[in-house]
Amino acid sequence: MSSVLIEAPTAPVLTRRGAVLRMLRRNPPALIGSTILLVIAFCAVFAPLIAPYGLHTQVGPVFGRPSWKHPLGLDDGGIDMVTLLMWGARVSLIVGFAATFVSMAIGGTVGVLAGYFGGKVDTILMRITDYFLVIPDVPLMIVVAAIWGPSLFHIVIVIGILLWTGTARVIRAQVKSVRERVYVKRARALGAGHLRIVVRHVLPQVAPLLIANTVLTVAVAIFDETALSFLGLGDPSRTSLGKVIENAFERAAISSGAWWAIVPPGALVALIILGCSLVGGSMEDALNPRLRVAHLSARTFRLRPLVGRENAL
Amino acid sequence: MSVPLLQVEDLHVWFDLQGGGELHAVQGVGFTLERGERLGLVGESGCGKTTTALAIMGLLPPSASAAGRVLLEGVDVLAGGESTIRPHRWVDVAIVFQGAMNALNPVRTVGSQIIEALELHGVARGAAARRRTGELLESVGIPAARAGRFPHELSGGMRQRAAIAMALACNPKVLIADEPTTALDVMVQAQILELLDALCREFGLALVLVTHDLPVVAQLCDRSVVMYAGRVAEQGPVDALYHDPRHPYTRLLFAATPDLDDLDGRVVSIPGAPPRLDRPIDGCPFRPRCDRAFDRCAAEPMLRSLGDGRTAACHLTEVAVT
Amino acid sequence: MSSLLEVEDLVVRYPIPRGIVGTVKRAPSQSVHAVDGISFDLAAGEMVALVGESGCGKTSTAQAVMRLVDPEGGAIRFEGRDLTGLGVRALRPLRRRIQMVYQDPYESLDPRFRVRRAVEEPLAIHRLGGSGAEREERVREALERVELTPPELFLDRYPHELSGGQRQRVAIAAALVLEPVLLVADEPVSMLDVSVRAGVLSLLDSLKQSGLAILMITHDLSTAGRFADRIAVMYLGRIVEEGPAAAVVRSPQHPYTRALLSVVPRRDPRDRHTGQVLRGETPDAVRIPSGCRFHPRCPLAFDACRVEEPALAPSPAGHDAACLLI
Repeated sequence: MSSVLIEAPTAPVLTRRGAVLRMLRRNPPALIGSTILLVIAFCAVFAPLIAPYGLHTQVGPVFGRPSWKHPLGLDDGGIDMVTLLMWGARVSLIVGFAATFVSMAIGGTVGVLAGYFGGKVDTILMRITDYFLVIPDVPLMIVVAAIWGPSLFHIVIVIGILLWTGTARVIRAQVKSVRERVYVKRARALGAGHLRIVVRHVLPQVAPLLIANTVLTVAVAIFDETALSFLGLGDPSRTSLGKVIENAFERAAISSGAWWAIVPPGALVALIILGCSLVGGSMEDALNPRLRVAHLSARTFRLRPLVGRENAL
Repeated sequence: MSVPLLQVEDLHVWFDLQGGGELHAVQGVGFTLERGERLGLVGESGCGKTTTALAIMGLLPPSASAAGRVLLEGVDVLAGGESTIRPHRWVDVAIVFQGAMNALNPVRTVGSQIIEALELHGVARGAAARRRTGELLESVGIPAARAGRFPHELSGGMRQRAAIAMALACNPKVLIADEPTTALDVMVQAQILELLDALCREFGLALVLVTHDLPVVAQLCDRSVVMYAGRVAEQGPVDALYHDPRHPYTRLLFAATPDLDDLDGRVVSIPGAPPRLDRPIDGCPFRPRCDRAFDRCAAEPMLRSLGDGRTAACHLTEVAVT
Repeated sequence: MSSLLEVEDLVVRYPIPRGIVGTVKRAPSQSVHAVDGISFDLAAGEMVALVGESGCGKTSTAQAVMRLVDPEGGAIRFEGRDLTGLGVRALRPLRRRIQMVYQDPYESLDPRFRVRRAVEEPLAIHRLGGSGAEREERVREALERVELTPPELFLDRYPHELSGGQRQRVAIAAALVLEPVLLVADEPVSMLDVSVRAGVLSLLDSLKQSGLAILMITHDLSTAGRFADRIAVMYLGRIVEEGPAAAVVRSPQHPYTRALLSVVPRRDPRDRHTGQVLRGETPDAVRIPSGCRFHPRCPLAFDACRVEEPALAPSPAGHDAACLLI
């Protein structure tokens, strides 16, 4: 009697990992977004090797026009804009990812603790989250950056400690639902400790959501860094995209008609944010079934002729 | 001879799968339903019984495609898709969805939701709609005074009654009930079955009861269609199905159901699992699990008429039957 | 046969939060009387079924035995030791010996764990089984005990690759790997297809034959009658009838048991009868009726039932029932 149990596994349920891969393959926005990010990240990472000119080398006249040699022209110091953008993207991405890492660490921890333990822990942590949530980000960043002084490290910390609230809330909700799963209760009934349950059962379940959230947060962090740098609160020794824009602005690029010194860095920031949003948004769609609303489509089912299918009877 | 009330002929339903490919959920199902008749549509999960019910209502999701005929008083309502089904949906054929009792809008009173249904279908409006709502609630055993209650103020059984009342809003001729008692306690199940029985008697409703629960069908229905792997395995009067099953699946399914009057009898388990429907099936779909499979089962059995309104799709019916 | 598990006067209550308005108004605090003083025992090699409708307290009883909820009163003696007072640390070694099988096999296995890891996890939690090879051997043995043979075919499968019946067997294997002496099975087959239910129940039956004590929680009288040795029928937090399964099913003494049995649909269409359909529904467990808690729905209730609460007492049929008419 027992050996026949081998028969026929049920139709495959799609795993989450599979969902991400399939999403990339079948979802044009995600594909476009990840292509954009990969190209930019490649240029940024290998900037020292592939940048056409030196970052501090004057290669032509101040605000030199775009030419074949310098497709995006030169800046106020006669430095090649393409080179500048590669190095700028490098700093912006570093700040973006580092700040995101800080906010993920805080948001993830707060979310998991609040969701898993519930009760008073939840109430207290969520009230704190609420306070951070209602603080207007940019003004506080300006204040803190002004007090601490301009440095890349400070910017990372400032952005990091202000961006974690959304993550904390999303993760908390997800953990709350995972905590109620029977297999988590089973592990508890078995006598498993909290650490084990969180590491083995809860974290793997919320990790994809945390990653999707990370990608979305990177976009916000890069945007915030650009804003701070543009306001002159960035690290003066590092060339980020915001810094490039600020420089050009200060040196009257606009009145000189040197649009190429301002528009490309701005567009690059927009492109990075777009890429992150496309990828992060698609990942969230794929991971959060509640966001899927295909069944609300006005389309109805299709009819098929039975011709040529008589043998199926 | 008069035309049957509802006739399903050679119904097929396919679902597009996410990763490509198709799931052939319903594979040529056919049955008839006479006026006032109660038909049980029985089978295990994934056998296509709910999909069949949804196809009759024209409520398949966009990922589905369908073929075959659904004749309502002789007229094919499936032929033109949405446009030909819409005039009949709820008016002639209504459905109580699985879990309908949990699908009521939690922030609106039960009464207002029924009034909305009445007005949407142009059955009645204003004071007339309110009066009709009271009547409908009374007919399912809810005091009309409770129309002002919110769903969470009613028990599971009461919510299920309200869901049935909604389905009856347009006075349909056919009521399809999909697992109407599944999540309910035994006593509440008995109350709901009693109600369905009474509704069929009083209003001459024809009932299609979709369920996995054979005893419920045995108690309430006149005839039953036993489905397996998207097809009809056997159909006939419930009495004949129990006392003289012609398809091994029917026999084993009854034998797998414990019964209070037969505590010492052996309760069997059917080994294995139903075949996957996303690939073609060779021969009889039940062959790998069947205790009486023989060489002929490699070929697919036709649904054969056995007289007395019975049909079965099993090669054993062609051989001398025990 | 001495008892492995003795439950005595068990009380489980869940307080209802009063909310801001309630607190301000100093409303009396209310609670759900989920289990209100029940006693039963269970011996090795025995299967007792707690039967009743939803809200009768059967699941709370199981959770109290598992110490997933803290009882408010009474004793739960397991191998002679009262579990109710024990702290987390003292409970740990005992937890190994009491295992649970849950209702929904689709939910009780972590979807990302292969069968091997799911069955091995309890060993890892309790740091048992020694080396990897020894653990693997114990996992294989457990799979063989639940008739998932040969184990090689299942070890590397994910839950979604298994049918419902197979999943429930994996869940049972994960419970057996710690070699428990008591298994609490909460509606172990209600989510499974009819055709495989009997297989899982027969498996539980054979485990019982081999000496395991099983406390089964179910709403299905047919299953309880067929597979349990004894049945305890619960209504609103109390046991109203208790005795050998066959006796309870064949000669029910309590009017509630009788009504319940009479409405269970039979599979023979010729055996059609309406049965004794009780009106209304079980009252909620916050406001429990006075006297016999079944009296508002009882077809036989008389004046005394409103006042006097009957205790479980031997009936003419030999087993216990709690009704003033007996």
